[in-house]
Amino acid sequence: MEVKPDLTLDLKGLLCPMPVVKINQAIKNVPIGGVIEAYATDPGVMADIPAWCRSTGNELVTIEKQDKVIRFVVRRLK
Amino acid sequence: MALEQIAEAAVTRSEQQVQNRLSMVVFSGDMDRLMAAFIIATGAAASGMDVTMFFTFWGLQAIKKQTSTGRSLFGRMLGVFLKDINGVGPSKMNFGGLGRWMFKKMMKAHNVTPLPELRKLAAELGVRMLACQMSMEVMEIRREDLIDEVQDVVGVATFLEEASRSKITLFI
Repeated sequence: MEVKPDLTLDLKGLLCPMPVVKINQAIKNVPIGGVIEAYATDPGVMADIPAWCRSTGNELVTIEKQDKVIRFVVRRLK
Repeated sequence: MALEQIAEAAVTRSEQQVQNRLSMVVFSGDMDRLMAAFIIATGAAASGMDVTMFFTFWGLQAIKKQTSTGRSLFGRMLGVFLKDINGVGPSKMNFGGLGRWMFKKMMKAHNVTPLPELRKLAAELGVRMLACQMSMEVMEIRREDLIDEVQDVVGVATFLEEASRSKITLFI
């Protein structure tokens, strides 16, 4: 069951701290319950996006690595 | 009231005082350490924390304009060697500026956000930048020599008050 994202972000090529900064800016542009899908290439994202979700209280729907591109989906909870 | 209750109340009180804040002393004026400081500050702000950076001594270079400073002979001599955020070099392997040039090249090649842009981003994310009054006096740096984003010039008590209600405190 795949949800349709309210927003899709291209974070490819960006390194720490930019993926976290960008997702933090973008989450303000979706309603509560809304979903952001993003693509990144920074390997640090695998640890940092789950950590960001835990500290901000948002939901990590999925995070997966295919070749060099990491795709993740975050749901805004507050 | 039983002793346990008093102790419990005290714990609750101190827990309430600790907020989702990060307080940082930025003492270093080295490019690499400043990178770390601004990456942590922007990352924390983007994770919903209130962030305060307290710049002191060599760290003042990170918030200094590209102006010449100093009034006295020694002050002006020091001013010759003080850099701004574009001029600071790494803590190791600077080799008279060659290291700075090399690191800038390498960071650009790897698409790392440059230091001046990290500082701009920090300001945009609401990171509070404070300057240390005492080191400004000693180094003969005036308020006008600092960038406009600096919110206030303060002393140790202000930092300690901030730090005492912060979850995280760092000295860089």
